[in-house]
Amino acid sequence: MSSVTDAAPVPPARKRRRLPYAAAIALAPTTLIVLVVYVGCMLWTVRLSFTSSRLLPKLDWVGFSQYERLVSSSRFLVSVENIAIFGVLYIAGCLVLGFLMAVFIDQKVRNEAVFRTIFLYPYSMSFVVTGLVWQWIFNPTLGLQNAVHKLGFGWFKFDWVVDRNMVVYAIVLAAIWQGAGLVMAILLAGLRGIDEDLWKAARVDGIPPWRMYLSVILPLLGPMIVTAVVLLATGVARLYDLVVAMSGGGPGIASEVPAKFVMDHLFERANIGLATSAATLMLITVAIILAPWMYARYIRDGGRR
Amino acid sequence: MKIIRAALLASSVVLLPHGAQAQQMDAEVLHWWTSGGESAAVKVFADEFNNEGGNWIDTAIAGGQAARNAGVNRIVGGNPPTVMQFNTGGQFVELVSNGLLRDLESVAGENDWRSVLPAALADAASRDGKFYAVPVNIHGQNWLFTNLKVLADAGVEQPQSFAELIAAGPKLREAGVIPLGHGGQNWQDNILFDAVLLEEGGPGLMKAIYGDVDTEAARGAEFRKAAEVFAQLRALVDEGSPGRNWNEATNMVLTGKAAAQVMGDWAKGEFIAAGLTAGTDYGCTIMPGGYMMGGDVFVFPKVDDAAAAAAQDKMAALMLSPGVQVAFNEKKGSVPARLDVDVSSMDACAQAGMEALQNAEAQVPSNNFYSPDLVGSVRDVITEYWNSPAMTPDDFVENFVSAMESAY
Repeated sequence: MSSVTDAAPVPPARKRRRLPYAAAIALAPTTLIVLVVYVGCMLWTVRLSFTSSRLLPKLDWVGFSQYERLVSSSRFLVSVENIAIFGVLYIAGCLVLGFLMAVFIDQKVRNEAVFRTIFLYPYSMSFVVTGLVWQWIFNPTLGLQNAVHKLGFGWFKFDWVVDRNMVVYAIVLAAIWQGAGLVMAILLAGLRGIDEDLWKAARVDGIPPWRMYLSVILPLLGPMIVTAVVLLATGVARLYDLVVAMSGGGPGIASEVPAKFVMDHLFERANIGLATSAATLMLITVAIILAPWMYARYIRDGGRR
Repeated sequence: MKIIRAALLASSVVLLPHGAQAQQMDAEVLHWWTSGGESAAVKVFADEFNNEGGNWIDTAIAGGQAARNAGVNRIVGGNPPTVMQFNTGGQFVELVSNGLLRDLESVAGENDWRSVLPAALADAASRDGKFYAVPVNIHGQNWLFTNLKVLADAGVEQPQSFAELIAAGPKLREAGVIPLGHGGQNWQDNILFDAVLLEEGGPGLMKAIYGDVDTEAARGAEFRKAAEVFAQLRALVDEGSPGRNWNEATNMVLTGKAAAQVMGDWAKGEFIAAGLTAGTDYGCTIMPGGYMMGGDVFVFPKVDDAAAAAAQDKMAALMLSPGVQVAFNEKKGSVPARLDVDVSSMDACAQAGMEALQNAEAQVPSNNFYSPDLVGSVRDVITEYWNSPAMTPDDFVENFVSAMESAY
């Protein structure tokens, strides 16, 4: 027994040494890129946020003064509030709408391919196009409101994009219109993977379909939903072009978002210090949201899976 | 299409074997003039340069911000274009202080730039007494453009001040037109506010606010009055204003939907394209207080080889030569940067602008001349105020002061 246990570690050890050697060469470029480009740039950004850099990076040290200015800026605070509202409503809206569309298509409707294309089509459009189209629809002098007024209904109001209190919801609506199709595609794939026998069993037991979807199918779709949420969440963090195209951050500063704050200050306003401090806060926020999930997935299980 | 063509041109230059075919006077020019009128204007420079034996390599990048980013990145990265465009003012200061731009003293001295340029413009183009940029035009930013037919139908005289414009509001509304066609984007709100500020406080207040960052001036009576007048202008615009582009607002004026617009004289290009004539179809008034000057400059990054430096010298001298100045600015809609040229061939608005500029006191630098960070910070406050009817002038002053204090 003891000779076996003594001898046993040797082959794996040799194996372990040889495998990383071959893999290391293959992985070296990727590792280098990850370290230098991603991690390096991240650290560089964090470092710059403690400087007084303006148009060009400069490596002095001003402590937390950029952050102080950031949290006293009403524009940044509005941006944070907007991205929170947007994030919650956008993810929830896309999931609900996408799921309903997937279920609809899964009913073996005729011309399924046509519906699938129509539902997924918005996703193939760039945010800039989406933004411009919805800006026209919402614009009181060009869009739907104007059209209905011309029909003689003067009381009709549909002007979210010029209304300070509603403009964020207009952006949410446009984003859901674009993103829901993707969720539908992912969930439809999941629905198609569900065993027919489950449905037969449910029919035998006389379980109504809505109950079946809610209690059985949805839990089975768990991994697909997680995938969809991750994809949607990245869309939230980098929300920029839709806002620029649709409202330009206005009216006033009512629809500003953090990514736009960073871009405006980085370039147009030549204030790299302030822009990188805002970017650093965004990074920290994303990390805080991701941390519990990373912990559960990679650390608690001892790095398995 | 222009971009594609520029890209093709640029790539073809890369592919050509250098040395043998490379001319002595290659000059790669990075600019953002891509619209119809703009590219016709920049072509004046290009043709002139080519006629004099140069080889103009056009790198046009749509959008001022995108072009500046690309150019600054290239300069910092050590692969600068031969010539690069900026707006007149503070955008390139740091490139100078980091020693990345060539000083143009020799060309400036030879051609006596100091005596032909308005003093404020010469100051904005130089640092520590040396020229680092060539101003090529002056864009007035506080023009009031009006549709003369709409005004006549409503029985309103061409307004000469904001008070008159506000007074004319109800009459214009009765006639069924929008008194002020305004594009509610933050920089346009800013232009409108600065025009009011200049009327109420004159060039001194403009300089105190943007140049000296004097918070006492922002707490003064004149500034407060400007805030009140600005707030009254809200009643003149329509509900579709927020987010509108400036040229859409100009279009409202030229089609008679709106009576007037406060905008820079680049708006003239739209009137001209629509076949309208200054003075008979559309009116233009410089709002009181002075001529708010913005514009464009070209800078010349430091280069190693002597041929490129010679091309830079040639280009700098050419851009400010009198004939080229008139030809360029006729196309661009602005007025020549030098005050000693004959503008009798230009339109009525340009001549009025040129006349105003002859008076040194009327040469008011626009906010472009000052710190982009400061201007950006107060711009956020101005646009928030403009869009928040509930905000009082006192709140506005307080927010404005704190924006001034936090910016540098």
